[in-house]
Amino acid sequence: MTELDVARHNPLLDPGLQAWGWEIPAYLFLGGMAAGVMVLTTLLLARPGERSTALRWLPFAAPALVTVGMLALFLDVEHKLFVWRFYLAFRWSSPMSWGAWILLLVYPVSLLVALAALDEGQAEWLAARLGRLGPPVRGARGLALRHAAGLRVANVAVGAGLGLYTGVLLSTLAARALWSSTVLGPVFLASGLSTGAALLMLFPVNPEERHLLARWDLWAIGVEAVLLLLFLVGLASGTAAGQSAAGLLLGGPFTAAFWLLVVGAGLTLPALIELLEGRRLLRATVAAPALVLVGGLALRWILVSAGQT
Amino acid sequence: MSRRYAMAVDTRRCVGCNACVISCKTENDLPSGAFRDWIVTEARGQFPDLTLQIRSERCNHCAETPCVAACPTGASHVAAGGTVLVNRRKCTGCKACMVACPYGARSVHPDGHVDKCTFCLHRVERGQSPACVETCPTRSLTFGDLADPGSGVARLVAHRPHQVLQPEAGTRPFVFFLT
Repeated sequence: MTELDVARHNPLLDPGLQAWGWEIPAYLFLGGMAAGVMVLTTLLLARPGERSTALRWLPFAAPALVTVGMLALFLDVEHKLFVWRFYLAFRWSSPMSWGAWILLLVYPVSLLVALAALDEGQAEWLAARLGRLGPPVRGARGLALRHAAGLRVANVAVGAGLGLYTGVLLSTLAARALWSSTVLGPVFLASGLSTGAALLMLFPVNPEERHLLARWDLWAIGVEAVLLLLFLVGLASGTAAGQSAAGLLLGGPFTAAFWLLVVGAGLTLPALIELLEGRRLLRATVAAPALVLVGGLALRWILVSAGQT
Repeated sequence: MSRRYAMAVDTRRCVGCNACVISCKTENDLPSGAFRDWIVTEARGQFPDLTLQIRSERCNHCAETPCVAACPTGASHVAAGGTVLVNRRKCTGCKACMVACPYGARSVHPDGHVDKCTFCLHRVERGQSPACVETCPTRSLTFGDLADPGSGVARLVAHRPHQVLQPEAGTRPFVFFLT
């Protein structure tokens, strides 16, 4: 028997209570989705053939998602007037520092790629509506068109970096046994690609684009499922701390939420639906992408809160 | 030779009176509900073979500092004598250090920055002991320079059996619990 009595009742200090609330999982979800959008729209746009109007606009989703995510981050930060301090330092040992700078890289790269993706008519429509910003936008588009190939590579690289970093942020914090797994980076990248594909499928892309997205989503779901399995096996076969952390998802308080929302609703069901859609046994609906989004948010929510218990 | 501040907590002397907690709150003008040190009472075994250990805990001012590594702005840093401090003018309150610390030694101050034990460096630099050490009525707490073999803390750590908290975390703590 071991009984611990701690003479402090401070919600700010007690390690049993959570330092990171809803803002961090929300941000990790939006950041991962933005990463998926960056990678997948680049791949779709690089392919020859017809492009839907929706797909030409969709690269703008990445900076929009990152902006909402950064707003969530801002709400989490307690010393709000000092937020600019993130950009007066680069600390190689701190994934959060890497993240702050990657987020700043996302904007120019994804916006230039998005401008280059528009056709002449769309670009003129946009420039005409931006008033004084019109001429610089036309200039930026010209620049983006001249460097289209390099920008595509940069967009995929920065997108992959963003997706990976959302997981690495947690996995370097060895004090939290549940997060202490190098598999988390790839898990979050795979989930980011999957949720990115799901978001794109909610828009009126053409049937061929939709078909490709569903196929890539299936791959991402498959990889994510294997990585999650490795994640659990790694923890459960590791140290005592790892075993008790794995126990949170294997019989402990987060078990039902994890298996129902993440594995069931977020991976298994959408994979089945997409398989049936692929064989023309089901009409393509928003069901599969909506489920993937629920699963992606649940994965981050559960891991962030379970890791802090 | 450079200084290495450390603390020895004699668990055989500590009665868990909380005087260290209150003197720290007073000295450092801590807000309501916030603490930089605290008392842990740990009972082990089966009745009637029970042991009881009372510990006055605080930041361990580790040699390997996951909190400093996780800090994105350099606000968390290692200062004189290995003391781990937070520069509140650089702190964004992102709480990465709080989730990185295995000991739960950090908290958010109502002003927004992260707060923690400083080993009362402001007193130590004036030649005084940390407030908790000075107040302890059973003289359980000994503070000093571990690099100086003649210091009280160095002699206690050299001659008394001791433990550190969560050695498996690989943080190499510099608060030693004498058993």
